Amino acid sequence: MPVFNQSRSRIIRLIFLATFIVITGQLFYLQVISKKYKQLADDNAILKKVVYPPRGIIFDRKHRPILNNTLTYDLMVTPNQAKGIDTLLFCQLMDIDTAEYRKRIVTAIIKNKAFRPSVFESSLSPQKFARIQENLWRFSNGFYIQERPIRLYTYNAAANILGYISEVDTNYLKKHKDDGYQSGDYAGWTGLEWSYEKSLMGQRGVQFLIKDNFNRIQGPYEKGAFDIKPVAGSNLHLSLDIELQEEGEKLMSNKVGSIVAIDPKTGGVLAMVSSPTYNPNYLTGSERTRHIRELMYNDPRLPLLNRGINATYSPGSTFKTLQALVGLHEGIITPTTQFSCPGAFYGCGSGHPMGCLDPGTFSLQMAITKSCNTYFANVMMRVINNPKFPDSDSSLRNWDRYMYAFGLGHKLGIDLPTEQKGHIPTPVEFDKLYGQDRWNFCNFRSVSIGQGEVNVTPLQVANEMAYIANKGWYYTPHMVDSIEGGDKLGVLEKFKTKIRPIDIPDSVFEYVHNGMQGVVDAGTGMGARIDGISICGKTGTVENYYKGTIKLNNHSFFCAFAPRENPKIAIMCVVENSGRFGGTYAAPIVSLMIEKYLRDTIAASRKPMEERMAGLNLIPAMMLQKMKTRDSLQQIRRDSIEQVRKAMTDTLQSEMIPDDDQPTGTKKNMPPNPADKKPAKPDMIKPDTNKKRNPLNRITRP
Amino acid sequence: MNQRNPAISKGIDTSLIWIFLLLVGIGLTAIFAATYKEGDPVVQSFLRFKTDYSKQFYFFLIACVLGLFILLTDSKFFSATANIWYVFGIFILLLVFPFHSRVKGTESIIRMGGFQFQPAEFCKVFVSLALAKYLSRPETDFTKTRSQIIAAGIALLPAAITILQNETGLALVYFAFFLVMYREGLPSIILVLGFAMAALVVATIVVDPNTLALVLTALAVGAIYLLRRLIKRNRRILTNIILLWVICVGIQRFAVPFAFQHVLQKHQVERIFDLFGKDNPYRSADEIADVQTTKKNESQSSYNVKQSKIAIGSGRILGKGLLKGTQTRYDFVPEQRTDFIFCTVGEGFGFVGSFILLALYLLLLFRIVTIAERQRSTFSRCYAYGVAAVYFFHIAINIAMTVGLAPVIGIPLPFVSYGGTSLLTFSILLFILVRLDADRQMVLR
Repeated sequence: MPVFNQSRSRIIRLIFLATFIVITGQLFYLQVISKKYKQLADDNAILKKVVYPPRGIIFDRKHRPILNNTLTYDLMVTPNQAKGIDTLLFCQLMDIDTAEYRKRIVTAIIKNKAFRPSVFESSLSPQKFARIQENLWRFSNGFYIQERPIRLYTYNAAANILGYISEVDTNYLKKHKDDGYQSGDYAGWTGLEWSYEKSLMGQRGVQFLIKDNFNRIQGPYEKGAFDIKPVAGSNLHLSLDIELQEEGEKLMSNKVGSIVAIDPKTGGVLAMVSSPTYNPNYLTGSERTRHIRELMYNDPRLPLLNRGINATYSPGSTFKTLQALVGLHEGIITPTTQFSCPGAFYGCGSGHPMGCLDPGTFSLQMAITKSCNTYFANVMMRVINNPKFPDSDSSLRNWDRYMYAFGLGHKLGIDLPTEQKGHIPTPVEFDKLYGQDRWNFCNFRSVSIGQGEVNVTPLQVANEMAYIANKGWYYTPHMVDSIEGGDKLGVLEKFKTKIRPIDIPDSVFEYVHNGMQGVVDAGTGMGARIDGISICGKTGTVENYYKGTIKLNNHSFFCAFAPRENPKIAIMCVVENSGRFGGTYAAPIVSLMIEKYLRDTIAASRKPMEERMAGLNLIPAMMLQKMKTRDSLQQIRRDSIEQVRKAMTDTLQSEMIPDDDQPTGTKKNMPPNPADKKPAKPDMIKPDTNKKRNPLNRITRP
Repeated sequence: MNQRNPAISKGIDTSLIWIFLLLVGIGLTAIFAATYKEGDPVVQSFLRFKTDYSKQFYFFLIACVLGLFILLTDSKFFSATANIWYVFGIFILLLVFPFHSRVKGTESIIRMGGFQFQPAEFCKVFVSLALAKYLSRPETDFTKTRSQIIAAGIALLPAAITILQNETGLALVYFAFFLVMYREGLPSIILVLGFAMAALVVATIVVDPNTLALVLTALAVGAIYLLRRLIKRNRRILTNIILLWVICVGIQRFAVPFAFQHVLQKHQVERIFDLFGKDNPYRSADEIADVQTTKKNESQSSYNVKQSKIAIGSGRILGKGLLKGTQTRYDFVPEQRTDFIFCTVGEGFGFVGSFILLALYLLLLFRIVTIAERQRSTFSRCYAYGVAAVYFFHIAINIAMTVGLAPVIGIPLPFVSYGGTSLLTFSILLFILVRLDADRQMVLR
């Protein structure tokens, strides 16, 4: 026995020890030093699922929900579990054939693997949902119904104000890096959904879920100890009156233009109709993308445009009320100042007379009532040639000061996106156009009657009415009165401050009010009269040009506030290119709106007028033309598709039923009696095409 | 029981039994943690022999009964029948060829009724006995090369058969018996040469072949230069150096590529290259194209090791706790009840738990070496070293594999991995050792 080898036991122990030390070292590195494995493990096994809180609900001024949440149901399938079900019955319930069933299953497997759930059909129709729900127990292995919240526009109105939500894109994600959005999320895209996104979205929650090696969910992680509960979005309360809005949309149907109504006491918008509009519920649910494309790019009526704040017009004669204010406050005219109109204004020579409706001599009140151009041309002449100021530049600057104070030429700051600021001519601009000191009142005269270089939005006109109604102040017009749970972001603060930019004495306003009441009582806007309500209004007939050269039909403007003593509504209406005068269309619409708002209903005696107004089709010829072109283009496309389909069905039929169809076909193709020829021809085509279309429809139905 | 038959407990090394019980306990817990799913009826499935942990528990009971029988056997029985057992072992190994059933790519498993067992596992016991028997023969002079070759033959014959069954991993275990031979007087130079060869093979994989050849040449030239005085006196040194250089370059240039291309199987080659984070250069053009088109750049084994490292690493210092390991519980680590069972421990109990398990193993090995050195009989000592060598190889390779230090070789972790055959094998090895050790006083030699 070789005793000397005993020392080798120590070496063997050393080998053991060394190996274990190396392994321990590696363990120490993996478990103690390196941090990445913990992260990798979490990435492997923990799924951070964002839990979406319900989006805030939007209520109108009478606390009726106008933008709510509802659920839509998706039928989900896990292909490898969906075996041994009664496929035939299932297809019957789902209204599909087995080939389609197989196709969808295969698509699901390709897209999402067989062991993960995929959408079999999204946004089930109520009928299908009911049918499937009743029979779901038969298909419970493999199929289940998943609910998904969508927005519901309960009144089908105010689409452009409320706006819509849309899936966020990469740009949006880049811009809102820290707001916790991830791709696939929806965010407010336009309207109030956009401006109050932060309040409406609430706070997302996070749910930590455990998944296995195939990414299948196994349950909550640590029993939900780390989960963050979502906080529901805040509800918004609008000053909008949804019934008034609906009334307005009804009145404006088949017309282009808008109505903006403001509560002058608060600045809250009561209604903002933009016509043509769209059904906002088209932009929820499964067909959303197609609808949005159609509305945004293909519809020549531009239904997604909120004309209340996005369209600018020359204010026309409605501008005169403001000129009266300026004139009186500047002291260049008095209520008794008279100008006579011989039929036109010749102050700038006979070359370019400015027409007048009623020749005669007018005081201020009558000038407003009868909308006398000459009177206000003279007022403007005095404004520009005001002896208080050394030159036209400075007098125009002074005039601009008034205009800005009246809320023109700048964004009012309503809580809706993409508000236009309109335009008020400035001395700088005129200097550029004509040269310093090279222009005078005559270059400017059309502005005095609200034409030419001045542009306003309907909202600005309505706000101007509120300003006049309040006798010198206004609140920034706004949609949202209050946010439930408090205005944490302070966005409503600016709507709570009274704006009183220039101190104009009440008496000045009284004169203007007198004139405006005269408009409705005995002037150009008699169409707006309502018995028992003292309305102050002003008509406007706005000349406009396509690309500055082709004269189009006049816009019909009417703006008003009522009642005169205690104004509750300031309103303006524009009907684009309707021709005629401001009083013809806009005034009756405004009066109906005022009646609806102040009395809650339209009197029976005025119903016919309401119907007549709502029924009028005043779509401008140019738009009509574009629509027709578009329609015919679509018709061509439809026809060509029809041709293709027809070719296919022809083949199908000739292959499938050659013997059955032949005799009837030949019978039909036999020359009929000459007497029957005329009625027979369409008949002959009709049943034929129908017959061919039907089987195809069954196949292609989604 | 002890009171009825005091002879059994007499002289038994209780520390070994305790370590054995502890390890099996840890094993059962780990298997439970790896296979238990939320809501499984534990008691029912335990009684019905349905789940892996209950099966393992029954195997543990069988092992205890077997152990009892072994403890009741006379210690001379083992030395007397060692050769017969060895022949029996070779016989059942060969039996695999006609009767094997293919399970997970191996051809080394025999199915009998509902059970399947792996003769290659059992054979370790017989080889330990037979090798001990041969070395302890009075006529064996282990200083002679002939005896050394015979001893190596005894150890490697089953290995050769196992390789033929595509179980390279199990075959490698038999190389552990060189440790026994080393203890019994195998020249150190062989061990050193073995390590040097291993180093050379690793270098071949890691280093660019031409660079390595250059380095080897430089080393040879350097050696000649340094030893030029000695060489003048003794020409044989020069011949030896040149011979060594030729062998090294030969291995590096021809033997290793040959082995990779023709001897080892493709998945094994992949595993080896995965371990060193290299692309397998011996892929055929088709395979390369296949890899590129399917983008399956990660082979299965490297996925295993990656997931295993993630599981262990995510345990941090104290671990996630029993049944809380997300990686092992949700099947991220494949084979986690058997070969990768250490992950469950690493993830659930962290560095502390893993370290305790490692320490327990080290204690077991040291204890066995201590026991070996206190034997009076050469047979007992050799057998004890054989047991230590087998355990060591399994433990070291298995854990090193899970932490990414060794290539993936499918060998179980003693007492902890799930598997009836392996548990019984390791238990029998241990109980025979305990029996032999209990009788150490009775043998005079």
